[in-house]
Amino acid sequence: MNDPVAYYPGCSLEGLAVEYDLSTRSVCHALGLSLVELEDWNCCGSTPASLYDPMLSATLAGRNLLLAQRARLKTVMTPCPGCLKALKGAIKAHALHSEAFEEALGHPYEGTVRAVSVLQLLYEKVGPNTLAHAVRWPLDGLSVVPYYGCLLTRPERSAQFDDPENPVSMDLLLEALGCVVPHFPFKTECCGATSGITRADVVARLSGRLLDMARRSGAQAIVVACPLCQQNLDLRQAQAEKAMRSRFGLPVLYLTQIIGWALGLPEQDLGLGKLVVSPFGVLPVRNRREPSHSECVENRGSPLSRG
Amino acid sequence: MKNGQNFLKIQAQSDPDFVRRVEESSGQRISFCYQCGNCTASCAFTGDYDFPVNQVMRLVQLGQQDTVLHCRAIWLCGQCQACTVRCPCTIDVARVMATLRFMALEKGCVADKNVKRFAEEFLRSVSIFGRVFESGLLAAYKARSGMLLADVGLAPELFKRGKLSFVPHRIPGRRHVAALVKRFANVP
Ligand code: SF4
Ligand code: SF4
Repeated sequence: MNDPVAYYPGCSLEGLAVEYDLSTRSVCHALGLSLVELEDWNCCGSTPASLYDPMLSATLAGRNLLLAQRARLKTVMTPCPGCLKALKGAIKAHALHSEAFEEALGHPYEGTVRAVSVLQLLYEKVGPNTLAHAVRWPLDGLSVVPYYGCLLTRPERSAQFDDPENPVSMDLLLEALGCVVPHFPFKTECCGATSGITRADVVARLSGRLLDMARRSGAQAIVVACPLCQQNLDLRQAQAEKAMRSRFGLPVLYLTQIIGWALGLPEQDLGLGKLVVSPFGVLPVRNRREPSHSECVENRGSPLSRG
Repeated sequence: MKNGQNFLKIQAQSDPDFVRRVEESSGQRISFCYQCGNCTASCAFTGDYDFPVNQVMRLVQLGQQDTVLHCRAIWLCGQCQACTVRCPCTIDVARVMATLRFMALEKGCVADKNVKRFAEEFLRSVSIFGRVFESGLLAAYKARSGMLLADVGLAPELFKRGKLSFVPHRIPGRRHVAALVKRFANVP
């Protein structure tokens, strides 16, 4: 059993991205990763806090690091790349100005907590090989492109995970599910980020470009690991279609949802019905009769031999 | 404007100390920028900026405080870090953009009022509840920005799917959170 990991959902996972929260909890549980939700966690401040003062961001996020320290947890995992950035900013701020940081928070902080994304946690603690063995309903032949967005793997010195220009961790996890993963040149292009509310026109165009490229790459769906990317591509897909004078109809699933589907987790634990563009038209139907585990591995060959 | 006139204007407006101040608060050596344009080529927002990001860097070098702090680009920057990753001089360009926005806010130059309104409503929500209450935030922002009709099509979709809740989460530690917001941000 792996050490328990502090779970920091972040505000959007309580609202617009509830399905990311649901599926993250279920998939981690199914794969034997134990998550302990931080009690009394607060908003990391997101972009608005960094607008005012870097110390506001650092201390808002830092309060959550203190909660993890109090719970004696060494790693805090958050599915939201925006929150991850704030947590990493707090870790760095503590390293640079520990006195000011601790004074503002009113508690000594030991600086021992590290922050990771759910992608990094799944990739490092489970990995493609183990995941392939756990798959019960392989997504053989389903063509999906992974969209990492801007913050998950860059800048390098803060992410310290995967490649900033051509990340592959999500590609490998998806291949482990049986998916076909075509080359997607816009893996890390920006979808318009936080401008959705203030400049919907800009977001419609930038997301439109991404959707268009995904379709040209032959994708039947896009897989994301960021609530903001998901909103910009799925919720605003009709706006993007208008901006691009085109029709996409591309489902945009969270990484944890597609993994959960392949693991055979029940639909209500994944929140697939909450996506605006329905994924059911492309996800392979799971039959009534569950295949036995050996049958499944046999059919697909060993994950190692699949390269 | 003819080139000669432009040159005179740049000289007249130059505040040599501006470079130093930006370098100090961003921790970046802006004088190292040699205008290769990688940042601009990487920036998804270039088409919407009034000054592409390499020009913002150049304007800082030339001490054009007024032009820089009034530009819209610094408000539109999504902090995606593409520029930072690709700058051959290892300048954290995104950090420079964030610093400039912060300096503009301090000086009261807000080229994009909506970004500021949204940030204020966001932090207000954080102060009250300790977490962001999305439905309340969106309603408050829409009311203040006068953009009541924008995005109206999205709301029913969200409620139908149970993605916007009607009840905020109030966390026990919200007073501590409010104190932090009060200490570091001047939100009316
Ligand atoms: S990438 Fe760096 S060196 Fe090149 S123009 Fe931009 S800031 Fe200057
Ligand atoms: S961080 Fe800002 S300036 Fe840099 S590429 Fe992204 S949007 Fe453009």
